[in-house]
Amino acid sequence: MAQVISLESLKAPVSAEDMRAALDAGGCSSSSCGSSDGPADMAPDIWAKVKDHPCYSEEAHHYFARMHVAVAPACNIQCNYCNRKYDCANESRPGVVSEKLTPDQAMRKVVAVANEVPQLSVLGIAGPGDACYDWKKTKATFEAVSQQIPDIKLCLSTNGLALPDHVDEIMEMNIDHVTITINMVDPAVGVGIYPWIFYNHRRYTGLEASQILHERQMLGLGMLAERKILVKVNSVMIPGINDHHLIEVNKVVKAKGAFLHNIMPLISDPAHGTHFGLTGQRGPRAMELKALQDQLSDGTKLMRHCRQCRADAVGLLGEDRGQEFTMDQLPEVAAYDPAKRAAYRELVAENRGEHVANKAAAADIVATADTDEAVLVAIATKGGGRINQHFGHATEFQVYEVSPSGIGFIGHRKVDQYCEGGWGEDATLDSVIAALEGVKIVLCAKVGDCPKDSLAAAGIIASHDHAYDWIEAGIAAWYAAAHPAALRLTA
Amino acid sequence: MAYKIIVSQCTACGACEFECPNAAISTKRGNYVINPTLCTECEGHFASPQCAAVCPVPATCVPA
Repeated sequence: MAQVISLESLKAPVSAEDMRAALDAGGCSSSSCGSSDGPADMAPDIWAKVKDHPCYSEEAHHYFARMHVAVAPACNIQCNYCNRKYDCANESRPGVVSEKLTPDQAMRKVVAVANEVPQLSVLGIAGPGDACYDWKKTKATFEAVSQQIPDIKLCLSTNGLALPDHVDEIMEMNIDHVTITINMVDPAVGVGIYPWIFYNHRRYTGLEASQILHERQMLGLGMLAERKILVKVNSVMIPGINDHHLIEVNKVVKAKGAFLHNIMPLISDPAHGTHFGLTGQRGPRAMELKALQDQLSDGTKLMRHCRQCRADAVGLLGEDRGQEFTMDQLPEVAAYDPAKRAAYRELVAENRGEHVANKAAAADIVATADTDEAVLVAIATKGGGRINQHFGHATEFQVYEVSPSGIGFIGHRKVDQYCEGGWGEDATLDSVIAALEGVKIVLCAKVGDCPKDSLAAAGIIASHDHAYDWIEAGIAAWYAAAHPAALRLTA
Repeated sequence: MAYKIIVSQCTACGACEFECPNAAISTKRGNYVINPTLCTECEGHFASPQCAAVCPVPATCVPA
C-alpha cells in the first residue's frame, strides 16, 4: 500500500541522488498527522520534541517512521474491547498474535531496522499489554537501545494505572512522549468499559475499579504535564457508552495539560472474541467519528490520522513492515550504522521547506473562493504528499475538508482494494462507495470509466485531472474551478 | 495447596510470574508453570492468590 523508500534503493553505497529520488517518489502514506502546527506555531522546546515524531507532528509524519517492539505482554486491567489472546484490538490491528520479544531480541530488532529504514526516528513500547505495568522489560529495552542509538526518541503507551509509579524513571530515561488511553472521566461510564483492574495486589471490579483507574490516570497525566513530558491521550469511541462523554474527557484532559487528544473508533468484530465483539457492540461509522472530532476541534489538538497500529508495527504510519523484521530474519549480531539515518535527515531538512511553501500557496487559493461550502475530498495517495495512486489500488483514502478557511486533513477511510489483477469487483466497489460516505470528490492518479460511472451514480465525482499534483494544490485547483465566481473575482 | 496454569488457554503474558511472592512460577519450554512445592496460594502474603487475580483469561489459573 504505502510507497516507501525501497530497500533496494538504499543498498550501500547510498548516494544523495538515490535518496532524493526515493523521497520524491513518496515518503509517507498519510498527509497530515498529529498537530499540524509548524515551528512558527509552538514554543521552541515543544517543537524540538515533536518535529521528528510521526505521531505527534504533521511535519514529521511525512518523513519519519516509528517502530514498536512487543516486549510488554503483561497487563493490569481488562478492557471490554480487548481480547488478550490476540493482543489489544484497539492498540494493534486484531487477529494476528505478535511475536513477543525479550529486551535483548528487541534491541537486535531495533538495530536491524535502524540499519535498513533510515526514516526511523521513534521507538515505542505499546504493549501488547501495558508498558508501565510490565515495567522491567520496558525499562531494560529502552536502556539497551538508547545505549546503541542515542538519538532515537523513546515513547510508551499505557492505561495509566501503574504510570504514577514510574514517572521519575520516565523522566530520567528521557522518554519525552507518553500516550495514556483514557476512555472516561466518570467511573459510572467506566463500568461499561472495564470489567476489572489489578491494583495493590488485588482485583477490583465494578465502580470501584473504574474509580481507582480514573484517579491514577489523572494523577499520572498531571505528573507528566508538570515535568513537561508530552502526553497524548487516546480515547476509544464506543457508541452508546462513551461517545457523548468524550466531550467531557476532552475538556478534562486538556485542562490537565494533554498535548494531543486522539479519538479512535472502537474496533469490534465477533471474530476477535472481545466482550464488545461477542455482545454485538458496534463501532462508530466514519461520519459519527468525524462529527465528534468536529465538536472537539477547538479543544486539545486532535490527532486524526491514527492508524491504531499493532504493538509490533514498523515503518511510516499507514504501513506496517513488521513482517520484514521478524526474529528469524534478523542477523545474529547487528552493529548499528548511523550513516544512513544521518544522510536521510539532511535531505528531510531540505525537503520540508518546499512542502510548507506549497501548502501556504494552496491555502491562499481556496481563501479567494466565493462560497461557504465545506467539502470532503478523498485522496488516493502512495505518500510523499501527492495525488499519486490509482483509484483501484487504494486500500485507504485520505480525507480532507476544504472551505475558504483552508484545507485540513480530517481522517482516513480504509477500503478493500477494488482492483485485483486488472479487473474490478462490483461488490468491493459498493463497499468502497459506502466507506466514502459524505465525500464529494475523489482525486486519484487514474480511474477507469466503469468505477467512475458507479461513483457518479452514488453522487461522488472521481477525477484524475490532478494526478501527481501535491495534495493541497490539487484540492485547491479543483475547489477554485468548482466555484467559478471565485475564478472571476481572482481572474 | 497450590495453583496450576491451564497451558492451552495461557497467553504467556507473564504477569503471574512477577506477581508471585514465592517465585514459584517460571517458564518451561515456553510455557508458564507453577511449582507446587513453592506455591502457598499467597497465604501470609496477600488476601488472594496473585496469579489468579491478575490472569487475563478466565478459568486458566486455578486450584490444582
